[in-house]
Amino acid sequence: MDNLIVKTITRLIVPFIQIYGIFIILHGHISPGGGFSGGAVLGASMILYTLSYGLTAANKKLPHKVTGVFESGGIIWYVLLGLVGIFLGGSFLSNKEVGFFMGKAGDVISGGFIPLITAAIGLKVASTMITLFHTIIEED
Amino acid sequence: MVEFIKSIIDNINYVASVALFVIGLYTVLTHSNLLKKVIGLNIMETAIFLFFVSIGYVNEGRSPIINLGGDKMLYINPLPSAIILTGIVVAVSITAYSLSLIIKIHEAYGTIDLNEIMEIKGEKSNG
Amino acid sequence: MKKALVILVLLGLFVLLTSSVLKMPSLGSIDNPSYNETSVYYIENAIEDTHAPNAIASIITDYRSFDTLGETTVLFTSIAAVLSVLRLNHNSKEKGDKNNG
Repeated sequence: MDNLIVKTITRLIVPFIQIYGIFIILHGHISPGGGFSGGAVLGASMILYTLSYGLTAANKKLPHKVTGVFESGGIIWYVLLGLVGIFLGGSFLSNKEVGFFMGKAGDVISGGFIPLITAAIGLKVASTMITLFHTIIEED
Repeated sequence: MVEFIKSIIDNINYVASVALFVIGLYTVLTHSNLLKKVIGLNIMETAIFLFFVSIGYVNEGRSPIINLGGDKMLYINPLPSAIILTGIVVAVSITAYSLSLIIKIHEAYGTIDLNEIMEIKGEKSNG
Repeated sequence: MKKALVILVLLGLFVLLTSSVLKMPSLGSIDNPSYNETSVYYIENAIEDTHAPNAIASIITDYRSFDTLGETTVLFTSIAAVLSVLRLNHNSKEKGDKNNG
Protein backbone atom coordinates (compact mmCIF):
# COMPACT_ATOMS: atom_id res chain seq x y z
CA MET A 1 0.00 0.00 0.00
CA ASP A 2 2.82 2.43 0.79
CA ASN A 3 4.27 2.74 -2.66
CA LEU A 4 5.36 6.22 -3.71
CA ILE A 5 5.17 5.54 -7.45
CA VAL A 6 1.65 4.14 -7.28
CA LYS A 7 0.45 6.99 -5.08
CA THR A 8 1.93 9.71 -7.29
CA ILE A 9 0.64 8.21 -10.52
CA THR A 10 -2.81 7.76 -8.98
CA ARG A 11 -2.92 11.36 -7.80
CA LEU A 12 -1.97 12.53 -11.29
CA ILE A 13 -4.29 10.27 -13.25
CA VAL A 14 -7.52 10.22 -11.23
CA PRO A 15 -8.79 13.68 -12.33
CA PHE A 16 -8.36 12.76 -15.98
CA ILE A 17 -10.26 9.49 -15.52
CA GLN A 18 -13.07 11.35 -13.81
CA ILE A 19 -13.24 13.98 -16.56
CA TYR A 20 -13.39 11.20 -19.14
CA GLY A 21 -16.23 9.54 -17.25
CA ILE A 22 -18.17 12.81 -17.04
CA PHE A 23 -17.59 13.34 -20.76
CA ILE A 24 -19.01 9.90 -21.55
CA ILE A 25 -22.07 10.55 -19.38
CA LEU A 26 -22.79 14.00 -20.83
CA HIS A 27 -22.35 12.83 -24.43
CA GLY A 28 -24.31 9.62 -23.89
CA HIS A 29 -27.07 10.53 -26.34
CA ILE A 30 -24.93 11.70 -29.27
CA SER A 31 -21.96 9.31 -29.22
CA PRO A 32 -21.17 5.78 -28.00
CA GLY A 33 -21.44 5.53 -24.25
CA GLY A 34 -24.13 6.40 -21.79
CA GLY A 35 -24.98 6.31 -18.15
CA PHE A 36 -23.82 2.79 -17.41
CA SER A 37 -20.40 2.93 -19.07
CA GLY A 38 -19.63 6.45 -17.86
CA GLY A 39 -20.70 5.58 -14.34
CA ALA A 40 -18.47 2.50 -14.43
CA VAL A 41 -15.50 4.71 -15.42
CA LEU A 42 -16.27 7.19 -12.62
CA GLY A 43 -16.58 4.39 -10.08
CA ALA A 44 -13.34 2.79 -11.28
CA SER A 45 -11.44 6.03 -10.66
CA MET A 46 -12.55 6.04 -7.04
CA ILE A 47 -11.74 2.33 -6.70
CA LEU A 48 -8.22 3.08 -7.98
CA TYR A 49 -7.91 5.77 -5.30
CA THR A 50 -9.04 3.31 -2.63
CA LEU A 51 -6.59 0.67 -3.77
CA SER A 52 -3.59 2.98 -3.63
CA TYR A 53 -4.42 5.16 -0.60
CA GLY A 54 -6.32 2.76 1.62
CA LEU A 55 -9.89 2.65 2.84
CA THR A 56 -9.72 5.33 5.54
CA ALA A 57 -8.40 7.99 3.18
CA ALA A 58 -11.04 7.09 0.59
CA ASN A 59 -13.78 7.23 3.21
CA LYS A 60 -12.58 10.68 4.19
CA LYS A 61 -12.60 11.75 0.54
CA LEU A 62 -16.03 10.33 -0.25
CA PRO A 63 -17.98 9.49 2.91
CA HIS A 64 -20.63 6.83 2.87
CA LYS A 65 -23.32 9.42 3.49
CA VAL A 66 -22.62 11.11 0.14
CA THR A 67 -22.79 7.91 -1.89
CA GLY A 68 -25.98 6.96 -0.08
CA VAL A 69 -27.54 10.27 -1.12
CA PHE A 70 -26.52 9.64 -4.74
CA GLU A 71 -27.95 6.13 -4.70
CA SER A 72 -31.38 7.05 -3.44
CA GLY A 73 -31.33 10.42 -5.20
CA GLY A 74 -30.77 8.76 -8.60
CA ILE A 75 -33.94 6.70 -8.38
CA ILE A 76 -35.99 9.55 -6.88
CA TRP A 77 -34.83 11.92 -9.63
CA TYR A 78 -35.78 9.31 -12.25
CA VAL A 79 -39.27 8.80 -10.82
CA LEU A 80 -39.81 12.57 -10.48
CA LEU A 81 -38.92 13.04 -14.15
CA GLY A 82 -41.49 10.39 -14.97
CA LEU A 83 -44.12 12.07 -12.81
CA VAL A 84 -43.55 15.37 -14.65
CA GLY A 85 -45.05 13.64 -17.67
CA ILE A 86 -48.20 12.77 -15.71
CA PHE A 87 -48.57 16.30 -14.33
CA LEU A 88 -48.28 17.80 -17.80
CA GLY A 89 -51.01 15.58 -19.17
CA GLY A 90 -49.12 12.69 -20.74
CA SER A 91 -48.27 9.21 -19.52
CA PHE A 92 -45.52 8.13 -17.12
CA LEU A 93 -42.04 8.86 -18.55
CA SER A 94 -43.29 10.46 -21.75
CA ASN A 95 -40.76 12.74 -23.38
CA LYS A 96 -41.70 14.58 -26.52
CA GLU A 97 -45.47 14.55 -26.03
CA VAL A 98 -45.39 16.69 -22.90
CA GLY A 99 -43.04 19.33 -24.23
CA PHE A 100 -39.57 18.74 -22.80
CA PHE A 101 -37.01 20.95 -24.55
CA MET A 102 -35.99 18.93 -27.59
CA GLY A 103 -33.39 21.20 -29.18
CA LYS A 104 -31.50 20.32 -32.34
CA ALA A 105 -30.41 16.75 -32.87
CA GLY A 106 -26.67 16.43 -32.31
CA ASP A 107 -26.29 19.14 -29.66
CA VAL A 108 -25.32 18.33 -26.09
CA ILE A 109 -28.45 20.01 -24.70
CA SER A 110 -31.13 18.28 -26.72
CA GLY A 111 -33.33 15.24 -26.62
CA GLY A 112 -35.71 16.19 -23.81
CA PHE A 113 -35.03 14.35 -20.57
CA ILE A 114 -32.53 11.87 -22.03
CA PRO A 115 -29.40 13.73 -20.75
CA LEU A 116 -31.01 14.24 -17.34
CA ILE A 117 -31.85 10.55 -16.99
CA THR A 118 -28.38 9.59 -18.27
CA ALA A 119 -26.76 11.81 -15.62
CA ALA A 120 -28.91 10.23 -12.90
CA ILE A 121 -28.01 6.71 -14.06
CA GLY A 122 -24.32 7.61 -14.27
CA LEU A 123 -24.15 8.98 -10.72
CA LYS A 124 -26.11 6.01 -9.44
CA VAL A 125 -23.90 3.39 -11.10
CA ALA A 126 -20.74 5.16 -9.90
CA SER A 127 -21.90 5.36 -6.29
CA THR A 128 -23.14 1.77 -6.42
CA MET A 129 -19.75 0.47 -7.56
CA ILE A 130 -17.92 2.50 -4.91
CA THR A 131 -20.24 1.41 -2.11
CA LEU A 132 -20.10 -2.26 -3.10
CA PHE A 133 -16.30 -2.20 -3.23
CA HIS A 134 -15.91 -0.37 0.06
CA THR A 135 -18.39 -2.62 1.85
CA ILE A 136 -16.85 -5.83 0.59
CA ILE A 137 -13.22 -4.94 1.43
CA GLU A 138 -14.20 -3.37 4.74
CA GLU A 139 -14.59 -6.72 6.48
CA ASP A 140 -10.91 -7.58 6.73
CA MET B 1 -16.92 -31.84 -44.37
CA VAL B 2 -15.67 -28.65 -46.01
CA GLU B 3 -19.16 -27.19 -45.78
CA PHE B 4 -19.34 -28.08 -42.09
CA ILE B 5 -16.04 -26.31 -41.36
CA LYS B 6 -17.17 -23.34 -43.42
CA SER B 7 -20.42 -23.07 -41.48
CA ILE B 8 -18.48 -23.17 -38.22
CA ILE B 9 -16.20 -20.37 -39.42
CA ASP B 10 -19.20 -18.34 -40.55
CA ASN B 11 -20.89 -18.74 -37.17
CA ILE B 12 -17.75 -18.48 -35.06
CA ASN B 13 -19.42 -16.14 -32.55
CA TYR B 14 -22.20 -18.61 -31.80
CA VAL B 15 -19.79 -21.53 -31.47
CA ALA B 16 -17.52 -19.46 -29.21
CA SER B 17 -20.44 -18.55 -26.97
CA VAL B 18 -21.40 -22.23 -26.69
CA ALA B 19 -17.79 -23.09 -25.81
CA LEU B 20 -17.70 -20.35 -23.16
CA PHE B 21 -20.97 -21.61 -21.71
CA VAL B 22 -19.65 -25.17 -21.44
CA ILE B 23 -16.38 -23.96 -19.87
CA GLY B 24 -18.31 -21.97 -17.29
CA LEU B 25 -20.59 -24.90 -16.50
CA TYR B 26 -17.51 -27.15 -16.10
CA THR B 27 -16.02 -24.65 -13.65
CA VAL B 28 -19.23 -24.51 -11.63
CA LEU B 29 -19.61 -28.30 -11.51
CA THR B 30 -16.09 -29.48 -10.75
CA HIS B 31 -14.64 -26.93 -8.33
CA SER B 32 -15.61 -27.03 -4.68
CA ASN B 33 -14.17 -23.58 -3.96
CA LEU B 34 -17.06 -21.15 -3.77
CA LEU B 35 -15.10 -18.26 -5.29
CA LYS B 36 -14.29 -20.39 -8.33
CA LYS B 37 -17.97 -21.24 -8.64
CA VAL B 38 -18.76 -17.52 -8.81
CA ILE B 39 -16.09 -17.07 -11.49
CA GLY B 40 -17.67 -19.91 -13.49
CA LEU B 41 -21.07 -18.25 -13.17
CA ASN B 42 -19.59 -15.04 -14.56
CA ILE B 43 -18.11 -16.92 -17.52
CA MET B 44 -21.55 -18.39 -18.29
CA GLU B 45 -23.11 -14.93 -18.13
CA THR B 46 -20.48 -13.63 -20.55
CA ALA B 47 -21.37 -16.44 -22.95
CA ILE B 48 -25.02 -15.38 -22.91
CA PHE B 49 -24.07 -11.74 -23.54
CA LEU B 50 -21.86 -12.70 -26.48
CA PHE B 51 -24.63 -14.87 -27.97
CA PHE B 52 -27.25 -12.16 -27.57
CA VAL B 53 -25.16 -9.35 -29.04
CA SER B 54 -24.02 -11.56 -31.94
CA ILE B 55 -27.66 -12.08 -32.97
CA GLY B 56 -27.92 -8.35 -33.64
CA TYR B 57 -24.84 -8.15 -35.85
CA VAL B 58 -25.29 -7.39 -39.54
CA ASN B 59 -22.52 -7.74 -42.09
CA GLU B 60 -20.96 -4.36 -42.94
CA GLY B 61 -23.43 -2.62 -40.65
CA ARG B 62 -22.39 0.43 -38.69
CA SER B 63 -22.95 0.95 -35.01
CA PRO B 64 -26.38 2.54 -34.41
CA ILE B 65 -25.20 6.13 -34.03
CA ILE B 66 -27.45 7.55 -36.68
CA ASN B 67 -25.74 9.65 -39.33
CA LEU B 68 -27.10 13.18 -39.27
CA GLY B 69 -25.93 13.86 -42.83
CA GLY B 70 -29.04 12.22 -44.20
CA ASP B 71 -27.49 9.35 -46.17
CA LYS B 72 -29.23 6.01 -45.80
CA MET B 73 -26.87 3.52 -44.18
CA LEU B 74 -27.09 -0.03 -42.90
CA TYR B 75 -27.07 -0.19 -39.11
CA ILE B 76 -26.81 -3.20 -36.85
CA ASN B 77 -29.82 -4.22 -34.81
CA PRO B 78 -29.92 -1.91 -31.76
CA LEU B 79 -32.44 -3.91 -29.75
CA PRO B 80 -30.25 -6.80 -28.42
CA SER B 81 -27.51 -4.34 -27.41
CA ALA B 82 -30.03 -2.24 -25.51
CA ILE B 83 -31.67 -5.19 -23.80
CA ILE B 84 -28.43 -6.89 -22.75
CA LEU B 85 -27.55 -3.85 -20.60
CA THR B 86 -30.16 -5.12 -18.16
CA GLY B 87 -28.45 -8.48 -18.13
CA ILE B 88 -25.07 -6.93 -17.35
CA VAL B 89 -26.53 -4.99 -14.43
CA VAL B 90 -28.21 -8.10 -13.04
CA ALA B 91 -24.91 -10.01 -13.40
CA VAL B 92 -23.06 -7.37 -11.39
CA SER B 93 -25.73 -7.45 -8.68
CA ILE B 94 -25.67 -11.24 -8.44
CA THR B 95 -21.87 -11.26 -8.23
CA ALA B 96 -21.82 -8.65 -5.45
CA TYR B 97 -24.48 -10.46 -3.44
CA SER B 98 -22.83 -13.87 -3.76
CA LEU B 99 -19.45 -12.39 -2.77
CA SER B 100 -20.98 -10.90 0.36
CA LEU B 101 -22.55 -14.27 1.21
CA ILE B 102 -19.15 -15.92 0.71
CA ILE B 103 -17.61 -13.43 3.15
CA LYS B 104 -20.25 -14.38 5.72
CA ILE B 105 -19.63 -18.10 5.12
CA HIS B 106 -15.91 -17.57 5.65
CA GLU B 107 -16.66 -15.79 8.92
CA ALA B 108 -18.87 -18.64 10.11
CA TYR B 109 -16.81 -21.69 9.05
CA GLY B 110 -13.28 -20.38 8.46
CA THR B 111 -13.18 -21.88 4.97
CA ILE B 112 -14.85 -21.39 1.61
CA ASP B 113 -14.36 -24.94 0.37
CA LEU B 114 -17.72 -26.64 -0.02
CA ASN B 115 -16.47 -30.13 0.98
CA GLU B 116 -14.84 -28.86 4.17
CA ILE B 117 -18.01 -26.94 5.04
CA MET B 118 -20.02 -30.14 4.62
CA GLU B 119 -17.56 -32.03 6.88
CA ILE B 120 -17.82 -29.35 9.57
CA LYS B 121 -21.59 -29.47 9.35
CA GLY B 122 -21.58 -33.27 9.66
CA GLU B 123 -19.31 -33.16 12.73
CA LYS B 124 -21.58 -30.60 14.33
CA SER B 125 -24.72 -32.63 13.77
CA ASN B 126 -23.02 -35.81 14.99
CA GLY B 127 -21.44 -34.24 18.04
CA MET C 1 -13.63 -40.50 -12.10
CA LYS C 2 -16.23 -37.86 -11.34
CA LYS C 3 -14.32 -35.35 -13.45
CA ALA C 4 -14.25 -37.70 -16.46
CA LEU C 5 -18.01 -38.18 -16.18
CA VAL C 6 -18.58 -34.42 -16.05
CA ILE C 7 -16.33 -33.89 -19.07
CA LEU C 8 -18.24 -36.57 -21.00
CA VAL C 9 -21.62 -35.03 -20.21
CA LEU C 10 -20.41 -31.53 -21.04
CA LEU C 11 -18.93 -32.69 -24.36
CA GLY C 12 -22.38 -34.10 -25.19
CA LEU C 13 -23.92 -30.76 -24.26
CA PHE C 14 -21.37 -28.94 -26.42
CA VAL C 15 -22.16 -31.10 -29.45
CA LEU C 16 -25.90 -30.66 -28.87
CA LEU C 17 -25.73 -26.90 -28.51
CA THR C 18 -23.33 -26.48 -31.45
CA SER C 19 -25.49 -28.55 -33.76
CA SER C 20 -28.56 -26.50 -32.89
CA VAL C 21 -26.67 -23.21 -33.10
CA LEU C 22 -25.49 -24.06 -36.63
CA LYS C 23 -29.14 -24.37 -37.70
CA MET C 24 -29.73 -20.71 -36.87
CA PRO C 25 -29.64 -17.98 -39.53
CA SER C 26 -25.97 -17.40 -40.17
CA LEU C 27 -24.09 -14.66 -38.37
CA GLY C 28 -24.54 -11.22 -39.87
CA SER C 29 -27.24 -12.00 -42.42
CA ILE C 30 -29.69 -9.16 -42.94
CA ASP C 31 -32.73 -11.47 -43.16
CA ASN C 32 -32.21 -12.69 -39.61
CA PRO C 33 -35.73 -12.83 -38.09
CA SER C 34 -34.55 -10.74 -35.15
CA TYR C 35 -33.99 -7.79 -37.51
CA ASN C 36 -37.72 -7.16 -37.71
CA GLU C 37 -39.94 -4.14 -38.00
CA THR C 38 -39.37 -3.12 -34.38
CA SER C 39 -35.65 -2.55 -34.90
CA VAL C 40 -36.26 -0.87 -38.25
CA TYR C 41 -38.79 1.44 -36.60
CA TYR C 42 -36.31 2.37 -33.87
CA ILE C 43 -33.56 3.15 -36.38
CA GLU C 44 -35.78 5.14 -38.73
CA ASN C 45 -37.73 7.17 -36.18
CA ALA C 46 -35.26 7.63 -33.32
CA ILE C 47 -34.09 11.08 -34.42
CA GLU C 48 -37.58 12.35 -35.12
CA ASP C 49 -39.03 11.05 -31.87
CA THR C 50 -36.24 11.79 -29.40
CA HIS C 51 -33.68 14.05 -31.17
CA ALA C 52 -30.88 11.77 -29.97
CA PRO C 53 -28.60 10.28 -32.65
CA ASN C 54 -27.51 7.39 -30.43
CA ALA C 55 -30.27 4.86 -31.12
CA ILE C 56 -29.39 2.72 -28.11
CA ALA C 57 -29.61 5.71 -25.75
CA SER C 58 -32.97 6.63 -27.19
CA ILE C 59 -34.18 3.04 -26.72
CA ILE C 60 -33.04 2.60 -23.12
CA THR C 61 -34.01 6.06 -21.90
CA ASP C 62 -37.04 6.93 -24.00
CA TYR C 63 -38.82 4.05 -25.69
CA ARG C 64 -38.10 1.57 -22.90
CA SER C 65 -37.37 3.88 -20.00
CA PHE C 66 -39.65 1.94 -17.69
CA ASP C 67 -37.33 -1.03 -18.21
CA THR C 68 -34.36 1.12 -17.20
CA LEU C 69 -36.23 2.24 -14.07
CA GLY C 70 -36.49 -1.42 -13.12
CA GLU C 71 -32.79 -1.83 -13.89
CA THR C 72 -31.79 0.93 -11.47
CA THR C 73 -34.11 -0.66 -8.91
CA VAL C 74 -32.16 -3.89 -9.32
CA LEU C 75 -28.93 -2.02 -8.55
CA PHE C 76 -30.54 -0.41 -5.50
CA THR C 77 -31.83 -3.79 -4.29
CA SER C 78 -28.41 -5.38 -4.68
CA ILE C 79 -26.84 -2.62 -2.56
CA ALA C 80 -29.54 -3.05 0.07
CA ALA C 81 -28.98 -6.81 0.11
CA VAL C 82 -25.19 -6.53 0.40
CA LEU C 83 -25.41 -3.93 3.16
CA SER C 84 -27.96 -5.97 5.10
CA VAL C 85 -25.76 -9.06 4.88
CA LEU C 86 -22.46 -7.39 5.76
CA ARG C 87 -23.12 -4.21 7.79
CA LEU C 88 -26.06 -5.12 10.02
CA ASN C 89 -24.65 -8.39 11.31
CA HIS C 90 -21.36 -6.64 11.96
CA ASN C 91 -23.02 -4.13 14.27
CA SER C 92 -25.10 -6.70 16.15
CA LYS C 93 -22.02 -8.85 16.73
CA GLU C 94 -20.16 -5.91 18.24
CA LYS C 95 -23.09 -5.27 20.52
CA GLY C 96 -23.14 -8.91 21.60
CA ASP C 97 -19.42 -8.78 22.37
CA LYS C 98 -19.95 -5.74 24.55
CA ASN C 99 -22.72 -7.47 26.45
CA ASN C 100 -20.56 -10.53 26.99
CA GLY C 101 -17.60 -8.47 28.14
